[in-house]
Amino acid sequence: MNWVWTNFGLIWELTLDHVVLSAPPIIAGLILSLPFGWLANRFRLSRGILLGIAGLLYAIPSLPFLVAVPTLLGTKILNPVNLVVALTVYAVALMVRTTADGFASVEPDVTKSATAIGYSRWWRFWSVELPLAGPVLLAGLRVVSVSTVSLVTIGSIVGVNTLGYFFLNGLQRNFPTEIVVGIVATVLVALVFDAVLVLAGRVLMPWTAVERAPRRGAASIMGSS
Amino acid sequence: MSEILLALGWIANPVNWVGVAGIPNRVGEHLSYSSVTVLIAAVIAMPLGVVLGHTRRGKFWVVPVAGALRALPTLGLVTLLALLLGIGIVPPLIALIVLAIPPVLAGAYSGIESVDRHTVDAARSLGMTEWQVLTRVELPLGLPLVIGGVRSAALQVIATWTIAAILPVGGLGRYIFDGLPVQNYAEMLAGSMLVIVLALVADGVFALVQKGVIPRGVVARQSASSSDGGTRRRLHAD
Repeated sequence: MNWVWTNFGLIWELTLDHVVLSAPPIIAGLILSLPFGWLANRFRLSRGILLGIAGLLYAIPSLPFLVAVPTLLGTKILNPVNLVVALTVYAVALMVRTTADGFASVEPDVTKSATAIGYSRWWRFWSVELPLAGPVLLAGLRVVSVSTVSLVTIGSIVGVNTLGYFFLNGLQRNFPTEIVVGIVATVLVALVFDAVLVLAGRVLMPWTAVERAPRRGAASIMGSS
Repeated sequence: MSEILLALGWIANPVNWVGVAGIPNRVGEHLSYSSVTVLIAAVIAMPLGVVLGHTRRGKFWVVPVAGALRALPTLGLVTLLALLLGIGIVPPLIALIVLAIPPVLAGAYSGIESVDRHTVDAARSLGMTEWQVLTRVELPLGLPLVIGGVRSAALQVIATWTIAAILPVGGLGRYIFDGLPVQNYAEMLAGSMLVIVLALVADGVFALVQKGVIPRGVVARQSASSSDGGTRRRLHAD
C-alpha cells in the first residue's frame, strides 16, 4: 500500500491520461455508428455489407492493428492519435450491429403513426426512432465503454502513456503490486465510465426503467413502455 | 505506405523463413498455443454453459459476468500471472484460459437458452428424456451460437497470445516485441500483418463451421435471422 501513496501523483496522472484516451473512441463510436446502423437496418444488402465489414474489423487483433495504424495514417508510431483511431474503429465495429438492432426494435406501427401525424423523415428519426432505440444503444455503448477502457492499456506497449504503464514497469521490476494497482485503476475507470453512461441514460431517457436495461440486444424493449 | 513494402519485403526474405525465429515456426507456435488454450477453455466452460442453459439457471449472471470480465485488461492479467507463477509457457497459458472461458461459457449458455421453449416442451411431451432433449433438440438447434462463443474466444486468444509475447514465449507476437526495442518497424509490421491474416482466416473458418452446423430444417426458415454471430460480437474482447 505504501507504494500507492508514494506514487499517487503518477497513478493520478496516468489515470487522467487513460480517461482522456478512452472517452473519444466511445463518443465517436456512438456518433459514427448512428448513420451506419441506420443504413444497416434500412436495406438487407447494406446490412450484409456493413455488418460483414464490422465483423472483419472487429476480428483484427488489437496490438497488430495498433502497430499497423501509423502506416495507414502516415503518423509516427508514438503518436497517441493512432490509439484513438484504432479504438474508434473497434467501437464503431461493435456499435453498428447494436445500432441496427436498436433501430429494428422500434415498432413499425410507431414510426408509421409518427409519419401519419405529420413528422418529416428527419424529425421522426431524431424524436421517435432514436429515443426508442436508446435503451439498446445504451446497452451496446456500455459494452463498448468497458472494452475500450481495458484496451487502452495496450497503448503502453507502443509508448503511449496509459495505466498499462504499470503492467510493463511492474513486469520489468518484478513488482506484482504495481500491476495489481494498474488493474484496479483500470477497472475503476471502467466502472466510473459505466456509471456515467447509466446516469446519462436515466437523464436522457427518463421513461425507461434503467435498472432493467436490456443487455442482450433488441428483444422486448417495447414491451415495458 | 512504403512501410508496407518494407514489411512485405521482410516477409519475402528467405532468411526469415528458417529456424526458430522463422515464419513457419512462429505461425506453428501461435496456432498450437492458441488451439491448446481454446481447447482447454472449451472443455472447462462448454459443459457448464450447456448445463446452465438447459436448466435455464444463470440467466441473470452468465452473460453479464462474461461482459464485466472484459473490464480486466489482458495485458495486466498476463504480466501479473507471469510474476506470480514464474517463467515459462504455463503462466500465460493459465491467463489466456481464464480469459477464454467467459466467451465460451456465454456462447454455450445463450445457444442452449435461445432454443424456443415450445420446441423443448414439445420434445418433452413426446417422451424424450432430459438427456435426449439436450442432445437431440437443444444442442443441434443451439450449436451455431455455441460455436459462436468458441469463435469469439479463439479470436481473443489469438490476439492475446500476440500480447503475451511481452514474456519470453514464442508465437507471432515475438516479431512485434523483438522489433520494438531496435525500432525494426518492418519486422513489427510484418509480424502484425501475419497475425491479422491468421485471425481473419480463423474467423472465416469458424464462420463456415457455424453456417455448416445449422440444421437443414432451420436453414430454410432463417433467411433473415441474426443468429450468425450476434452473441459473438457482443462477447468478444481485444
